[in-house]
Amino acid sequence: MLAFLTAVPFVAAVAAAIASRVDRRAPGFVMLAASLLAAAMLLSQWGEVTDGATVEWVTSWVPSLEWTVALRLDGLSMLFGLLITGIGALIAWYGTGYFGADARNGRFFTTLLIFQGGMLVAVLADDFALLYVGWEVTSVSSFALIGFAHDRAEARQAAQHALLVTIAGGLAMLVGLIMLGVLTDTWRVSELTSRGVLGIDATLATVMFLLVAVGAFTKSAQFPFHGWLPGAMAAPTPVSAYLHSATMVKLGVYLVARLQPSLGDLEAWGIVLPAVGGFTMLYAAFMAVREVDLKRVLAFSTVSALGSMIMLAGLGTTHALTALAITVIAHACYKAALFMTAGTIDHETGTRDRLALGGLRHSMPLLAVSAGLAAVSMAGLPPAMGFLQKETALAASFEEPEAWLLMAAVAAFGALTLVAAVAAGVAPFFGARRDTPEPPHEGPPSLWAPVAVLAVLGVVLGVVLGVAVTGPLTPFISAIVSASAGEPYEAHLALWEGVNPVLLASVAAITAGLVLARFHRALPGIPWLRANSTAAMDGVLNGMTGLADRIERLAQPGSLPLYLAIALAAAVLPVLVLVVLANPINGLDLDADPLTVAIALVVALGAYAAARSATRLRSIAALGATGYGMTLLFLRFGGPDLAMTQVLVETLTVVLFIFAFRYLPITHETRDEHTRRHHVGGVVVAAVAGVAMTGVTILLATHERSYHLRAFFERASLPEAHGANVVNTILVDFRAMDTMGEITVLAVAAVGIVALLRITGREPASAAADSSRVLRTAARGLLPLLVVFSIFLLVRGHNEPGGGFVAGLVAATGVTLYAIAYDARIARRLLRVAPRSLIAAGLLVALGAGAFAMASGLAPLTGMWVDVSLPGGEQIPVGTPLIFEVGVFLVVLGVASALATALLEER
Amino acid sequence: MNAWLILPIAWPLAAGALGLALSGSNTAQRLIAVIGAVGQLVAAVVLLLTVNAQGTQVLHMGSWPAPFGISLVADHFASFVLVAGSLAGCASVIFAALTVGRQRLTHGYFVLTNVLLAAVAGAFLTGDLFNLYVWFEVMLIASFVLLAMGPYPRQAAGATNYVALNLVASATFLVGAGVAYALTGTLNFADLALRLPLVESRPLVLILAALLIAAFASKAAAYPLSAWLPSSYHTPAPDVSALFAGLLTKVGVYALARSVTLFFPEDALVRNVVLGLAGLTMLVGVFGALAQFNMRRLLSFHIASQVGYMLMGLGLLTPLALAGTTFYMAQHMITKTALFLVAGVVERRTGTGYLKRLGGLYRTNLALTVVFALAALSLAGIPPFAGFVAKFTLVRAGTAVESWVIVGISIVVSLLTLMSMVKIWNEAFWKDRPEGEVEHDAARMHALPRSVPRWVVILPAGTLALASVAMGFAAGPLMEYAIAAGEELADRSVYIEAVLGEDAWADLETMTVEAMEASR
Repeated sequence: MLAFLTAVPFVAAVAAAIASRVDRRAPGFVMLAASLLAAAMLLSQWGEVTDGATVEWVTSWVPSLEWTVALRLDGLSMLFGLLITGIGALIAWYGTGYFGADARNGRFFTTLLIFQGGMLVAVLADDFALLYVGWEVTSVSSFALIGFAHDRAEARQAAQHALLVTIAGGLAMLVGLIMLGVLTDTWRVSELTSRGVLGIDATLATVMFLLVAVGAFTKSAQFPFHGWLPGAMAAPTPVSAYLHSATMVKLGVYLVARLQPSLGDLEAWGIVLPAVGGFTMLYAAFMAVREVDLKRVLAFSTVSALGSMIMLAGLGTTHALTALAITVIAHACYKAALFMTAGTIDHETGTRDRLALGGLRHSMPLLAVSAGLAAVSMAGLPPAMGFLQKETALAASFEEPEAWLLMAAVAAFGALTLVAAVAAGVAPFFGARRDTPEPPHEGPPSLWAPVAVLAVLGVVLGVVLGVAVTGPLTPFISAIVSASAGEPYEAHLALWEGVNPVLLASVAAITAGLVLARFHRALPGIPWLRANSTAAMDGVLNGMTGLADRIERLAQPGSLPLYLAIALAAAVLPVLVLVVLANPINGLDLDADPLTVAIALVVALGAYAAARSATRLRSIAALGATGYGMTLLFLRFGGPDLAMTQVLVETLTVVLFIFAFRYLPITHETRDEHTRRHHVGGVVVAAVAGVAMTGVTILLATHERSYHLRAFFERASLPEAHGANVVNTILVDFRAMDTMGEITVLAVAAVGIVALLRITGREPASAAADSSRVLRTAARGLLPLLVVFSIFLLVRGHNEPGGGFVAGLVAATGVTLYAIAYDARIARRLLRVAPRSLIAAGLLVALGAGAFAMASGLAPLTGMWVDVSLPGGEQIPVGTPLIFEVGVFLVVLGVASALATALLEER
Repeated sequence: MNAWLILPIAWPLAAGALGLALSGSNTAQRLIAVIGAVGQLVAAVVLLLTVNAQGTQVLHMGSWPAPFGISLVADHFASFVLVAGSLAGCASVIFAALTVGRQRLTHGYFVLTNVLLAAVAGAFLTGDLFNLYVWFEVMLIASFVLLAMGPYPRQAAGATNYVALNLVASATFLVGAGVAYALTGTLNFADLALRLPLVESRPLVLILAALLIAAFASKAAAYPLSAWLPSSYHTPAPDVSALFAGLLTKVGVYALARSVTLFFPEDALVRNVVLGLAGLTMLVGVFGALAQFNMRRLLSFHIASQVGYMLMGLGLLTPLALAGTTFYMAQHMITKTALFLVAGVVERRTGTGYLKRLGGLYRTNLALTVVFALAALSLAGIPPFAGFVAKFTLVRAGTAVESWVIVGISIVVSLLTLMSMVKIWNEAFWKDRPEGEVEHDAARMHALPRSVPRWVVILPAGTLALASVAMGFAAGPLMEYAIAAGEELADRSVYIEAVLGEDAWADLETMTVEAMEASR
């Protein structure tokens, strides 16, 4: 039942969206029907709930986080459920009149129904996570509804303020609830109620309570978080009546009432809640009577009423909780009615300025009567619910140690609320008739009948509860109080309890209120307490934006040299510190080989010259020196394969660089002070990096490590990988996957360079000089030699220095030479196929060689070998790694050719 | 042999190679793009289901036993982020297939996307430090070309920043890989995890940690190494940003997670450094985002900010926190890509991504509005969407170990994230479009091909947004999977034994002795 109940609004939301396509008026009626259905479903459980039983429905959601979809209906949730659905129905009815055939009806009612669903989830949830879900659904849908008139900047601003405040509070509450869950190991509200929080660390418990309280305060607009609620009056009136008076803003009150049994014993509870609630109650009551906009009067008066509820929940006695229950019901009835009244007045006269309104009873008699009845309740006059509200609140205060202070506060609140009731619900209809932007007239029934229903209900409930002591409603109140007290309780209510201090205080409040109400038109002129919360909130937001600007400028100043310095510093500074700690000098054996030192010096000088030189060409030459120096080092330390590759790569790189220079302006950038500073910075960073890396190298050279990989490769290379050249077997067999990745890098680089040259369509800045005849002759003669040599390298690579990579580079050198000597087109013709196809073929061959073994159910890249007999009778092993090698060869050849021909292309 | 392990890598790679071979036909290019991406997704899903049923999957490439060859390893963590990444990649590639113009098509655009997808999968699945470096290189070159490829002058500047800073990170990584090999004589993750504790010098181990953290934090765009991201991601065409947004930084986070959990799981210093990075990254990123008025640039700052959340779980290093990181990564890839795709549609429709010049989308484009709203709410961690599940898990994990500072930062940043989402919403969707704000050149450059119906272009973003919503509603089984991932990450013996066998510790001794003797 509960699952269906919570599903009703969401299903209806979809239905409303669809219905709006059929008839523009339909969505409102969909909501009306859905709300009535949901209310009926709730009422079907009336008997059980008033008997003090609970209805539950549980299903799992995220077991690993202990989230359950646990719904639980007791007196307290029944109360809020009935408010949500009952007032929801009336609001829907009212909305059909308020919006008529507005084209935005679909969006409006869909959002409103989603809100309704969120509310129901929140008040029925027995699980912290689910409660939070419902809570935030209401925040977000409230945002959408406040900003309904989204073409107006104030509406957008108000929506934003409301959202940020309530979500901020929601997040605080979330942390509080998570703390609660973690500390008590309970994630269900009902379990917590029975277990309590005694025994957990007092400080943590207090922090946790304060976080949860902030959530309640923001949602229920308690000082100093109240500012969003008057701002939210930018919303259409049905929204103000429903969300910002009758239901959503009471969610904070609900939460506090719900947690009262488990957290109510905390010392902070009894201090913070009454203090904040009480102050808000009085402050907002003052603010209310000083407003001129009817809706803002009601908004502040709502804040004030919410303050009284929080205060009562904070007092936490059964009498206070009884008063709380009565207050919630009473307030929902009269405040929603008066909000709708304000909306109707606005709708029919074009203004909500209460000083500009008067005498409307002549043109809108039915609304006048209804509003007057609601105002009676709000004013706290007998026999309406409002009177009962004031009486019970006073009675609860009377029991407290600070009775007189509390009673005075409640009485003042009562008096000021009476003034507000007169200002908002009575004054517009009485007195002299005034001119309004539109001639006033009675609206359709939907614009006054819902007001009448609520107003009458306010009086009837008051009579039923107050006169018939054991009437049908008292068990319901008992159920509500039992739920929020955490123990069974029998409520006793009466309108007349005899003459006692409570009645005297009540009479005093009414008298004071009536006196003050005579001057209600003058109150807005009083200059004290001018606080503009919208401006304050704006100030906070602007401060945030200013801070964001500053942080962004600091963190992202747009200077690449600076970013590079930071990146390098982050990489090497910690290393430098650690190197110093490890002390590499200790045990350093300075026995260097002079030749190696000499080569190292060449490498270092080359690097320095490359960084310092004023022209590109010199930089490249210097880099070349470094590269060839590295080649010598590789040779010296026994890496012929590495040396061979390095020398070819260096050569091709220098050549390609020079071709690429044709696309750049010839002049070099000048050096000014700015770049000089960068150079100094660069030298420092480079020096630190150099020292750190040297230190690391020395440390590692003296570190004893395992050689199990090397041992394996040396042992397995010939017998298992069928190659004597360990470097090669590593490349095409043991770690062929790396090679696959690397040839992909090459392929992509080639594709990219060709694409970038073509897409940017940049012309070379200088034309290529005609090549000499000598070069052409040499190219023609060298090419066959190079091709033969490359094939030789490819074939022998598995056992001797060589291999597909080197072979591809050698062949590509030939093609490049040809391209320089003749031109790119002729070089390409020489290849027969496009370099791009060569690359693709190479990749596919390599992939195919890798996939071959999978056909036999083996891992990819497993070498599959057969022995092939040569004509001489010799048996040589041939296997897929060799095919892989051919793929590498093709890719390298294709890439180098693609680059050379693309860069030399003349357009 | 478990072929499903190689397919997420090999399939798109083969598709890319094929695309290169068929560069003459534009239809073939589009087709191969989609085939590559969808194939990867299918393979990834099958892999995930296999891991779910049978636990960690290992494939020794070339049949060479670990640690001698290269092993691919799919555990819960890897397969989960792989599926999310493939899904995000798939959506971006389909968006690109619908919108990319002929020029980029003929120059191998989809060869590059396929290679990029393959490299991301390679990085997620490899169990070898140097092989990881190779996949980082593949990713870097492919992304660099994608970034630079196109008609805008601003792309050159963006690509320069991108490649320069990423090369520094790569070089740092390479040095780190060298140090790892020099310290232990191995590159295999599991073998490294086994042998690093035997290294007696703590400074040496910390040097390795410093290098790997610097390299991966930079790849992950953690502040202060994040500068490359916001200065480049908004510069290329929107399809490229979308592809990058979901995938690239998460590979950095992934690598960091692997190395921290496998190599330095007990080091409090490492953990605190990661936590510090997490907090800084969250804050700086979100403030940077708030200062932006370009939609894609704003979202780019958020990528960095959210990387902070992922690092938060890593720094807390409890099973629950690591589960949070796993879930956060997965949902972020999906949600973030959805938002970038929305930004892409907006730019294609209106010709601009500047919030001040945008407006009125709520009135004119309801579908786009809903997609944006869902994704934005999920991103900001509003319940019940995926982002909330992830954030909740992290906050709960932080609360459980009483790491109040990081919990506080994560909550504040969450609010600021929402604030910047509201900024986009108010400016682009709610406000009326300012009069006369159509840049004709830009509009022409961005304009959608006429043959594509308007609603089709929203589909990729819509699918991802729905996936993000579904990840919240159906969080039960997914979170269970993430918890399994977190538990595996927190207990590295699972990984080690899956790769090296259950006798790994016993073998360690004999193997080392043998090798010592052999080397003499």
